[in-house]
Amino acid sequence: MLDTAEGYVTEDGRKIGGVVMEMKNITLRFGGVVAIQDISFDIRQGEIRAIIGPNGAGKSSMLNVISGFYNPQEGEVWYQGAKRPAMKPYEVAQQGIARTFQNIALFEGMSVLDNVMTGRIRQMSAGMVAQAIWKGKAEREEIKNREAVEKVIDFLEIQSIRKTPVGRLPYGLKKRVELARALAAEPSILLLDEPMAGMNVEEKEDMSRFILDVNDEFGTTIALIEHDMGVVMDLSDRVVVMDYGKKIGDGSPDEVRGNQAVIDAYLGVAHD
Amino acid sequence: MPDQLIFGMEVFLNGLMAGVLYALVALGFVLIFKASGIFNFAQGVMALFAALTLVGIMEGEVPFSHLINAVFGTDVHNFGWTVPALLAILLTMAVMVLLAWLVNKLIFRHLVNQEPIILFMATIGLAYFLEGFGDMMWGSNIKKMDVGLPQGINDWIDAATFDIFGYGFFIDNLDIVATVVAALLVVALIIFAQYTKQGRAMRAVADDHQAALSVGISLSFIWVMVWSLAGFVALVAGIMWGTKSGVQFSLSLIALKALPVLMLGGFTSIPGAIVGGLIIGVGEKLFEFTIGPMVGGATENWFAYVLALIFLVFRPQGLFGEKIIERV
Repeated sequence: MLDTAEGYVTEDGRKIGGVVMEMKNITLRFGGVVAIQDISFDIRQGEIRAIIGPNGAGKSSMLNVISGFYNPQEGEVWYQGAKRPAMKPYEVAQQGIARTFQNIALFEGMSVLDNVMTGRIRQMSAGMVAQAIWKGKAEREEIKNREAVEKVIDFLEIQSIRKTPVGRLPYGLKKRVELARALAAEPSILLLDEPMAGMNVEEKEDMSRFILDVNDEFGTTIALIEHDMGVVMDLSDRVVVMDYGKKIGDGSPDEVRGNQAVIDAYLGVAHD
Repeated sequence: MPDQLIFGMEVFLNGLMAGVLYALVALGFVLIFKASGIFNFAQGVMALFAALTLVGIMEGEVPFSHLINAVFGTDVHNFGWTVPALLAILLTMAVMVLLAWLVNKLIFRHLVNQEPIILFMATIGLAYFLEGFGDMMWGSNIKKMDVGLPQGINDWIDAATFDIFGYGFFIDNLDIVATVVAALLVVALIIFAQYTKQGRAMRAVADDHQAALSVGISLSFIWVMVWSLAGFVALVAGIMWGTKSGVQFSLSLIALKALPVLMLGGFTSIPGAIVGGLIIGVGEKLFEFTIGPMVGGATENWFAYVLALIFLVFRPQGLFGEKIIERV
């Protein structure tokens, strides 16, 4: 079922397309510490791809490589069929890779609506004067952007707080606003950094539902990292497992679950 | 109406006008502080530098003429042409954008994520460097600036007030122009910040660097933009002050008057800079007028700072600043 060149069909019958992003032999070091060691995997069109592993496995580093916050010392990142040169994070974002952060990075002083609107910045191209006087192309663009933003806000059920300053919201809702902002960018890949971290059971269920719905409704390709194995197994189509900076497993949730190295990493075996 | 009250009204109006000039300098501070958290001590020197450059270009002076003459043994001082005011202003603006770019490229890009005190020290260094650089480039003599702004008593106000009170108010035309220009500038800046993509990006960067990067905003672009805007505001302030009292190096000292303005208005509020400037301007003029004679005058030197100190005690975030809330 896996790894045919044209994609595959998931258990619930969704068609997964070709490779959008491919990591080839990525190695990332911080001084003498090797955070990621020679890891390769791909992300395919329309799938929910998870990267899991115990704390300190290098998951966040991997996400930061994909989103351009870190540039690896070795290896290549291929995006939409072309090798990506070393890039700044904002350039990666402009290419259509949106992300959320484990510790939430929102514009606390702005309203929910304004926050989500900043997600549309790469879709704004009208001239500065036109925007200031709100005429012509700028007006059409603004209306289109507003519609897109309202759709996302509706979808994630945050209409009631759209005018609220983000700083006043509780943690779970902040996470959802951050997801909304990333989604408003209409990304070709949506990166979620521990979307369930610090949530209670109910919030986790909500977030899981939103992730599935986003993938289903917009066909968004999603790559997420998470250390809660139970949640990930239910959500994702394919899973990469990392431990101590190395890849120790890659495949469907069932395949990964049966992998001895993965079981060892999670249950803990003496490393000699 | 008693004479004292009429004089007081004139003093009040003149204070408002003086306040506008303080506000113009404070505005430059607010822009940079909001977007990058840098308290730019060099804002006043930037106004001086802009004014020097503008006069230099208009008069067709050769930049670095002392240096050139000393090195090559030549004796050049002037190109022998004059440049129209409007063109000279555009050229000066280009110089200020270049300066903004250089400041980011050479200084602040290397200081990302440093402590605020280090960034502040860097701007002090920048201030003294820029003062010396301006001196080297255009010479240290006092220059007269004339970009064609009206100056002198406003006859209409003089006549109108004479009809009403039997005493004509002295209001300088230049102050009226400064007020109108400052009002336009503030409206333009607010529209820019609220409704344009670049303005949104500026607010985003001011709020959270990481989040701004993740939605595709280039931090260095925004910083160069903000420093250029501050350079533009400095140019406007430089023109007004320069026309009023000549382009001289004491111009950079007006930056210090912007400090109490900022404490009053809040470091992060554009309207706050204006209101703060007006309060300081009016306050010190009225104080000098009413209390000054009793304490031997010269209260204008310290009144603003004392007012700011009192404000700090009761409202540390200023009138319009973001309230500091720490969640426990």
